[in-house]
Amino acid sequence: MTAWLAVAAPILPPIATPRVDWPTVAPVVAMFGAALAIVLLRALVRHSRRLVDTTSVVLAFAGMATAAGFLFYQWHLVRETGGYQTFAGAVAVDGLAVFVQAIVLGACALGVLLGLGYVRREALELPELLALLLLCTTGMMVMAQANDLVVVFVALEVFSIALYVLSAFDLRRAESQEAGLKYFVLGAFSSAIFLYGIALTYGATGTTSLTGIATFLAGNTLTHTGLLLAGFALLLVGLGFKVAAAPFHMWTPDVYEGAPTPITAFMSAATKAAAFGALLRIFAGSFQLYVSDWRPVVFGLAVASLVVGTVAAAVQTDVKRMLAYSSIGHAGFVLIGLQVANAGASGNRLPGTAAALFYLLVYAVMAIGAFGVVQVMTQRGDTHHALSDYRGLARTEPAIAGLLTLFLLAQTGVPLTGGFVAKLAVFRSAVDAGQYQLALIGMLAAVISAFVYLRLVITMYAPNSDAENAAAEGAEPAPRVRIDPGAGIALFLTAAAVLVLGVMPNWTLDIAHQATQLLAK
Amino acid sequence: MTLVAGLFDISTQHYFVVGALLFTIGAVGLLVRKNTIVMFMCVELMLNAVNLTFVAFSKALDDAAGQAAVFFTLIVAAAEVAVGLAIIVAIFRRRQGVTADDIDLLKG
Repeated sequence: MTAWLAVAAPILPPIATPRVDWPTVAPVVAMFGAALAIVLLRALVRHSRRLVDTTSVVLAFAGMATAAGFLFYQWHLVRETGGYQTFAGAVAVDGLAVFVQAIVLGACALGVLLGLGYVRREALELPELLALLLLCTTGMMVMAQANDLVVVFVALEVFSIALYVLSAFDLRRAESQEAGLKYFVLGAFSSAIFLYGIALTYGATGTTSLTGIATFLAGNTLTHTGLLLAGFALLLVGLGFKVAAAPFHMWTPDVYEGAPTPITAFMSAATKAAAFGALLRIFAGSFQLYVSDWRPVVFGLAVASLVVGTVAAAVQTDVKRMLAYSSIGHAGFVLIGLQVANAGASGNRLPGTAAALFYLLVYAVMAIGAFGVVQVMTQRGDTHHALSDYRGLARTEPAIAGLLTLFLLAQTGVPLTGGFVAKLAVFRSAVDAGQYQLALIGMLAAVISAFVYLRLVITMYAPNSDAENAAAEGAEPAPRVRIDPGAGIALFLTAAAVLVLGVMPNWTLDIAHQATQLLAK
Repeated sequence: MTLVAGLFDISTQHYFVVGALLFTIGAVGLLVRKNTIVMFMCVELMLNAVNLTFVAFSKALDDAAGQAAVFFTLIVAAAEVAVGLAIIVAIFRRRQGVTADDIDLLKG
């Protein structure tokens, strides 16, 4: 044995492993550790369900608070030293990563708050929901930091697999099962396409490192760009599925409608942020030299998303489906930001990357708020989210109707809400970059989408003649809407954030702007 | 004899073409077939086609990173199988069938 080793040792040099940079991965480790602790707790402690539930909520919030603390530390580090790479260049710590991670973490916290009441009402397993939400967020946070296409893929799968399970979480409801299966089949399809894109890009450039690809493309002129461009296209399709951009949006309405409402709220916001983070890093970062090749494609995707998102949303009779289609439209607005990503980087102009990041933050708040109101409105079994259930809501539940009106106005882009500033930022970056057509199409889409949102608002403020007739005949009135504490806190936070981002946007816009300046070298 | 040698003179390009063909078969199968289990097998076919492509490029570029990527793909595929089958079984328990046409509650 020893003789064999003595022969083998000189032939096989020790494998060089990169140094583990703990502060870099601390937020991810905190989330993953909390999720693991919750799973173990649920598996090992059998006698008291109440104890397990309470402890897992505490663990989940402790994990998120620790992660938030480390993120704050990372932000200061990045501000002082600039962005840097670690783990042999596979992980980037920079403004983009920290900003996207903060959005995802916030979405996770709001998702947990919304989920608490839902789980109690539907008599589901709370620890499982918390563990899956935390694991999902872990994947998204890694995706925001990933600086290597293989790491991007693994992170994508970590959060996607968790999301398949979360969509099918309410297993006794056929709609939830169906949403899980549909999301799984199309999600796996898109992941395979994304992976093939990685393989082709690797074949064309000889590396999967995003920095390596940028260096290779800067130093070499390719005689045949076919392989590389096919790789770009497949990567764009794969991530286009995840951000729900048309024409890769087919799964979105079905999954958003069927999934448990808190999960819909979480995934609409967080998946978009994580996948757009990766899109910005890959396309605006590594593939910047080939911008003239991918820009027209992103233009097409943006226009298609805006059209589908506004036109199809207008004919929906289910509020969850309507919000799902509007989510496709919002992906179109962020794609405008991606399209002009680095175009306005110089001088006083607003780069598209910063506009896209700010839009993602505002969208996360608006979407979670709107879906949060939908969740409050749903009855046992996650039912009652048809448009007709909202008729005359303003008379019976003025507070809830007011909140939903606020979130819908924000999604329309009415001044004094975050949505207005976000849309303005995206349009301004497009105009700064000279993309007048795209800005014009975006503005038209915003105007048409106002019809979609105002239809729901008018429904809520219209008198409900059916219910009054029924009440006159002595029929049982509709069950009263009850806001549980978790959902109440989540709605208060999102409503406050929508207003603050609308009234005082400069601080956050500055941070988004700084974040795009502090990219990993 | 020369004919046989010519037949078996396989370059990396051949592997790449086979990978592309397998990927296409998987993608088309997923879109065409109705049985969820078969759709599932098509996804696996696509992933393995990518693995073949990775290995072929790895050989052509004389770079081990492509082969390392295959391990990641394998592990991810295994995790996907576990979750996908669990969802299919859960649905099967309810309705005794997993044809995609039966799964039509959500539409609009």
